[in-house]
Amino acid sequence: MAEELLRVENLEKHFPISRGIIFQKEIGRVRAVDGVSFSVEKGETLGVVGESGCGKSTMARCIMRLLDPTGGKVIFDGQDITNIKGGDLMKVRRELMMVFQDPYASLNARKRVGSIIGEALEVHKIGTAKENKARVQELLDVVGLNPEHYNRFPHEFSGGQRQRIGVARALAIRPKLIVCDEPVSALDVSVQAQILNLLKQLQRDFDLTYVFIAHDLDVVRHISDNVAVMYLGKIVETAPGAALYERPRHPYTGALLSAVPIPNPDVARARKPIVLEGDVPSPINPPSGCRFHPRCPRFQQGVCDVTEPELVAKDTGSRAACHYPLESWPMSDLRLPADRVGAGI
Amino acid sequence: MALLEVRDLKTSFKTDDGIVQAVDDVSFSVDKGRTLAIVGESGCGKSVTCLTIMGLNPRQNTITSGEAVFKDRDLLTLPQDEMRKVRGAEISMIFQDPMTSLNPVHTIGRQLREAVQLHEKMPKQAANRRALEMVKAVGIPRAETRLDDYPHQFSGGMRQRVMIAMALINNPDLLIADEPTTALDVTTQAQILNLMNQLQRDFGSAIILITHDLGVVAETADEVLVMYAAKAIEQGDYGDIFYRARHPYTWGLLSSLPRLAQGAELKPIPGAPPSLLRPPPGCRFHLRCTYAFDRCRTDVPPLRPAPDGSAHLDACHLDETAKQRGSEEILDRITVGGRL
Repeated sequence: MAEELLRVENLEKHFPISRGIIFQKEIGRVRAVDGVSFSVEKGETLGVVGESGCGKSTMARCIMRLLDPTGGKVIFDGQDITNIKGGDLMKVRRELMMVFQDPYASLNARKRVGSIIGEALEVHKIGTAKENKARVQELLDVVGLNPEHYNRFPHEFSGGQRQRIGVARALAIRPKLIVCDEPVSALDVSVQAQILNLLKQLQRDFDLTYVFIAHDLDVVRHISDNVAVMYLGKIVETAPGAALYERPRHPYTGALLSAVPIPNPDVARARKPIVLEGDVPSPINPPSGCRFHPRCPRFQQGVCDVTEPELVAKDTGSRAACHYPLESWPMSDLRLPADRVGAGI
Repeated sequence: MALLEVRDLKTSFKTDDGIVQAVDDVSFSVDKGRTLAIVGESGCGKSVTCLTIMGLNPRQNTITSGEAVFKDRDLLTLPQDEMRKVRGAEISMIFQDPMTSLNPVHTIGRQLREAVQLHEKMPKQAANRRALEMVKAVGIPRAETRLDDYPHQFSGGMRQRVMIAMALINNPDLLIADEPTTALDVTTQAQILNLMNQLQRDFGSAIILITHDLGVVAETADEVLVMYAAKAIEQGDYGDIFYRARHPYTWGLLSSLPRLAQGAELKPIPGAPPSLLRPPPGCRFHLRCTYAFDRCRTDVPPLRPAPDGSAHLDACHLDETAKQRGSEEILDRITVGGRL
């Protein structure tokens, strides 16, 4: 069995909503991440998908300790990093890096590419200035940029090239885990494919582990070994990549999959799309019971709005949190078959 | 007679660094009730094409030639005040970002009413009734109360619905949608595409859809125009582009889709699009094309019809066997990867 690199247990991040100027009173909480557990093995990629506002980025930031979780545990390489501070945190941060979504906003426009990529080396006091310059140039080469562009500024590069700089920066201190928060969603398809190929190749070459967050299900399928689907601060289904796409169990996963456009016109036009009604509810007052119940085509009164479903292991290697998981796939109608209505859980 | 007939459209901008040819000799037509998709990477000129038709480019430093005949009038030579009557009434536009294209300080009811009253003399109450009908038609729940809400009180998907309502409120003959779903989640995207299809059936408008997502094209388009570096490089109906693609750039776009790779390595198009300030000589795609040979570097390939005599056009020097082989390879990818 492969070694576990990251383990998240019941992670929770609630943001307080307060009112008052001098005497601040908490009047509610945004439950951005509300009890998320998973583990990632060394050298594998965990894909996280979900709609905007489901808490995927907050979760990533909690893992990076850019935000302090309000509950639960983050265990990295056998060490509980949930509450560590100061020097210990600095040490852990040498092993953890992040690639951000927006290649335009995530690079300091006033710094040269060399110092952007080399900054982490300086912060962690690794190597001499001369060694670091060589390292940065090596990194530029690794990510497919010209090492002579060391002294250029970010605005001299295109979106795809900037994302390559972002990847080089993440690689600089040879981290074990890289959290990629929507690294390709701002890019054109052709450039997106280049970056995905680069990330895969780097994973092979440097034995990297990725937590890969995206809203594009096709992208996540392409790069991930395991996939977790998030909805409103919770994981509703996790599965090995292929199983999730070929045999989804949670109705939300099913609806997400059927909403992805298929680049094959005859197939795309022949199928009947399952269109989810409404928007994701507010995480301030999440719905009772199963959080998906107000939008779920299989909603059963008295069950789904009362009892919160647990993540239960299924035969396909997936785990889904649903009282009435999907019987088969593909389905053109997600509604519960008549013989199962009222049959209980 | 097509509803909109664009011929030899050219747009260039004068900049401090020289002239940028943003649209170079693009021709297409759109019929009533049909959807034309314009596809290409960012900066290929797809948005500028539509802004030129709408007369929305800055007046200074823009050079336009060619013609865009809409209902027997050339939009490119129409006087300003005539054009203002066309915009928003006969042709309307939806923009990519629903967050920035609504006015944050007015209620959506007021903004919808404004769109009606600009084009038609109508009392406030009648305009309000029209706004309400439209808001209901695009599927915004509790429409009566929501007219008094401000844009920030709506989610991204709902804001895009408001934009669509505003675009369709005068029952336009042509709707131009510039990346209408790019900023949205897949589930919301499915809702919006569904809505646009349904409204097209109900109102019979023609749609020009600008997008870089070939999945969206497959779902909605009747005709497709593929643009690269300001030029049309391939155009035809959706079957021509997906099942009989003849240009290496179209092959490259389709091969970049993770869905069609099915776990195998993606085959991205190497490099990045060229600068339009100094486009490369010959075929503009030759620097990134794996099939390029000597002629591609010197001669500009003309846009020619396929040998079967159909309306399928492509601009590539490759010989017929190479094009056949390329399109069969892509067809394999699509049939294997594009299953349900």
